[in-house]
Amino acid sequence: MPISRRQFLKVFAGTGVAVTVSGSILPEIVSALEKAVAGNPPVLWIQGGGCTGCSVSLLNTVHPSIAEVLLKIISLKFHPTVMAASGEKALEALYKMADTYKGKYFLALEGTVETAADGKYCVPGELKGKEITIVDMMKDFGSKAAAVLALGQCGAYGGIPAANPNPTGSKGAMDFFKDHGIKTPVINIPGCPPHPDWMVGTIAYALMFGIPELDADGRPKMFYGTLVHDNCPYRSYYDEKKFAKSFGEEGCRVELGCKGPESYSDCWKRGWNNNVNWCVHNSLCLGCTEPGYPDRFSPFYVKTTG
Amino acid sequence: MAKLVIDPVTRLEGHLKIEVDVEGGKVKDAKSSGTLFRGFEIILKGRDPRDASQITQRICGVCPTAHGTASVLCLDNAFGVKPPTNGRIIRNLILGADFLMSHILHFYHLVALDYVKGPNTEPFIPRYEGDYRLDPKINKVAVDQYLKALDIRQKCHQMVALFGGKAPHVYGMVVGGATEVPTVDKTVSFKWRLKEIQEFIDGTYLPTVYLVAGAYKDLFGVGPGCKNLIAFGVFPLDDDQKTFLLKPGAYTQGKDSPLDQTQIKEYVKYSWYDDKTTGLHPSKGMTVPDPNKKTGYSFVKAPRYRDLPHEAGPLARMWVTNPVLSKNANKFLGADEKKEIRFRDLGDKAFSILGRIAARAEECKLIADAMDKWIMELKPGAPSYVKADIPKEAMGFGLSEAPRGALGHWISIKDQKIDNYQVCSATIWNAGPKDDKGNLGPIEQALIGTPVKDIKNPFNIVRVVRSFDP
Repeated sequence: MPISRRQFLKVFAGTGVAVTVSGSILPEIVSALEKAVAGNPPVLWIQGGGCTGCSVSLLNTVHPSIAEVLLKIISLKFHPTVMAASGEKALEALYKMADTYKGKYFLALEGTVETAADGKYCVPGELKGKEITIVDMMKDFGSKAAAVLALGQCGAYGGIPAANPNPTGSKGAMDFFKDHGIKTPVINIPGCPPHPDWMVGTIAYALMFGIPELDADGRPKMFYGTLVHDNCPYRSYYDEKKFAKSFGEEGCRVELGCKGPESYSDCWKRGWNNNVNWCVHNSLCLGCTEPGYPDRFSPFYVKTTG
Repeated sequence: MAKLVIDPVTRLEGHLKIEVDVEGGKVKDAKSSGTLFRGFEIILKGRDPRDASQITQRICGVCPTAHGTASVLCLDNAFGVKPPTNGRIIRNLILGADFLMSHILHFYHLVALDYVKGPNTEPFIPRYEGDYRLDPKINKVAVDQYLKALDIRQKCHQMVALFGGKAPHVYGMVVGGATEVPTVDKTVSFKWRLKEIQEFIDGTYLPTVYLVAGAYKDLFGVGPGCKNLIAFGVFPLDDDQKTFLLKPGAYTQGKDSPLDQTQIKEYVKYSWYDDKTTGLHPSKGMTVPDPNKKTGYSFVKAPRYRDLPHEAGPLARMWVTNPVLSKNANKFLGADEKKEIRFRDLGDKAFSILGRIAARAEECKLIADAMDKWIMELKPGAPSYVKADIPKEAMGFGLSEAPRGALGHWISIKDQKIDNYQVCSATIWNAGPKDDKGNLGPIEQALIGTPVKDIKNPFNIVRVVRSFDP
C-alpha cells in the first residue's frame, strides 16, 4: 500500500492514532520502505567526538524493532559499533562505498567535529600509515553525501564537548560545513541522545520524500515543532502555581530547574524507551534538544530566569 | 618481524588503535592507543557541582549510569549526605539494568562476530576470514540469537528508564538519592521485564557462552594479561555502603588485599599530556593535553595501583568476590552437578579471553538474580531523596564499577563551584599505555604472546582486545 506524505506526517506529528502507541511507525510505511530497501541509498555512519549514545539510542527503537530497521528500512553499510570488519578492511570499505554511492548516500555524524590541534584530538582510523581525522572524514565524505544527518547534540551543535572552554574546538556539522564552504544539506537531529523515533523517522522520511521541513535550528518540524512546557502534562500545576520544591513532589518542575519552557521536542507525548517514562515525569527537562546546551542551561538544577 | 596496525578496532565504545609486532607467529610487542580526547575534566571546572552527574554520563553512552553512579556517590561524599534506603535501591536497580544491557550487548553484538560467521551482507562483510569453528547449525542459532538479544537489551533499557527517566543518559540519580518515589505499578512493571531478561540469561545467554567456548577451548589459554586485578565494589547492600554484591578489593602478584584508593596514581609519560602532571593521585590530578608530545601514543592516562598495572572488569570483580557459578560451569568443567563451583575454581583459565567472557556472563546472572530481590525491598511511597546544600568548600570521591571495570570520580569544591574534577574510568585501567617505568598496560600485556596464525586475518588480536570490553 503506498503511503502519502500526509499520512506519514500524521504518524509522527501526533495527530494520528498510531502515536498514542509510543510513536509506532505504521506497518504501511515499513512495507513501502521494504520494497525499496535493495535500491535505497545507503547510510554511512561515522563517529567523531562522541560517546556512542546516539547509536545505543538507535538500538532502542521499538516500533519498528531495530532488526526491522536494519533489515527493511536503512541500508546501513558502515557503522563502527556494529560492523564486522576492523582496521584497514573497515576503512577501505568506507571509502569504496562513498565512491560507489557518491551524491546518493546519507552520512550520519555521531559526535562532534573536533577541529583543534589539526584534528589530532579525534582520529577515527588510519589508512596506509596516514591518520584519518574526523576533520578529514567530514571534508571527504561530507562533500560527497546527498545529505548529512547530524545526530545528537554533538553532531548538530557541538554538545558537551563544545561546552566552555571547548578544549577541542568541537563543532556541529553545519558550523563545520560553513567554515569549509561545503554545501551538502544538513538535517539536525539533536537530543542527548536523540529519541530513536526521531532518527528512524527522519531517515525513513528522507528515503521516501526527501528532506523534511526544518525549523530555524535545522531540526525536522515533525519532531521538534512543539514547546515542551506548553504541552506538558504538568502544565496545569504551573498555571495553578503549584510547584514541586523537591524531587518526588507533585507539581510543576520549573522551580527545580526544568528547561521545558525553552525546549522544543515531542518528548511530552512520545515518551522514552517504549514510553515507559520521560524526563519531566522523572525529574525535569534539561534542554538537550536546544542549541547552546549545556552552557545555556547550566547550572541545571537552578530555576531559569529566562 | 611484521608490524600490524588495527585502526579502528571497531565494535567498542570510543576510538581505539592497536599496534603489534609479530614474530614467529606470536605477538612480541603491543601498543594500545586511545585516539579521542574531549576534555571533560576541563569542561567541568567552574560549574555547579550538581551538574557533574549529568555531564560525566556523556563520557560513555554504553555505561552512562556507571558514571552517574560514581558521580552521585562522589557528590554525596563531598556534600556529606546519606540517601534513604529507597534511593540506594533505585540507584542499584538503574545501574543493574544497565549492566545487564551492557553485558548482553557485549557478547552478542560486540564480540560474537569474532566467533560466529554473520550474514553475507554489509555491515557484516567485509570481515576476517578463516577461524570460524562453529558447526553451521550452531552458527545459525547464534545468528538468530543476535536478533533476539537486540530486543532483550532494548528491554533492559526500558528497565533503566522506569526509574531513570530515559536511557541512555539518565536523570533519575542525583546527589542525595533518586528522583522518583517508587510506586507499586512501577515495581511490577520492572519485575515483569526483569523476569523475561532472567529467562534469557539462564536459558540462552549463559548456555550459548559455554557452547561457543567449547568450540574455542584453546582461547582459555590466550591473553592472560598482568594477573593483577582491581575492583572498587558495586551495588551497596546497606545504606552505610559497607557491604556490596560485588566486593571491593585488589589481587596483586598473587595476593589479596583490601582496596586502598590512596594507592592510585596516574602516569602520563606515554600519554599526550604535559609531563609535569605525571604520577598524581586523582584527587590532585590534572588534565593538560599535549597532543604533539613525541613520547606520547595515547590520550588515555596510565593509572597504576601500588605502582603496578591492574586489570579491571568482570574478571577482576568475580575473582575478588568469588561467587558460586551457574550449573553451566559444572557441566563445562565436567564436575558433579551438586558441587558448588566458585569462580576461582577456574584457576588459570579465568585469566584469558574466554575467562573474561564467561566471567561477564556469570556476573550478569548474579546481578539479575540480586535485582529480583532488591525490587521487592523498595518501599512504595517512602522517600528516595534527601535535599543537600552545596558545601562552600569540600573534597569528595565516589568509587563504583562500570560494566567494563573499576570507576572512580574525585571532586574538589571551592566557593560552591567545581575547582577540580577527575575521572579514572574502567577503560583507562585496561586500555592505558605504558607507565613511566615502562610497564605495559593490561591490554598491551594481554596481547604479548598471542598466537597470530594469519597476519591478514588477526582474529586473536581483536579477540583479546574485545574480551576487555574497552
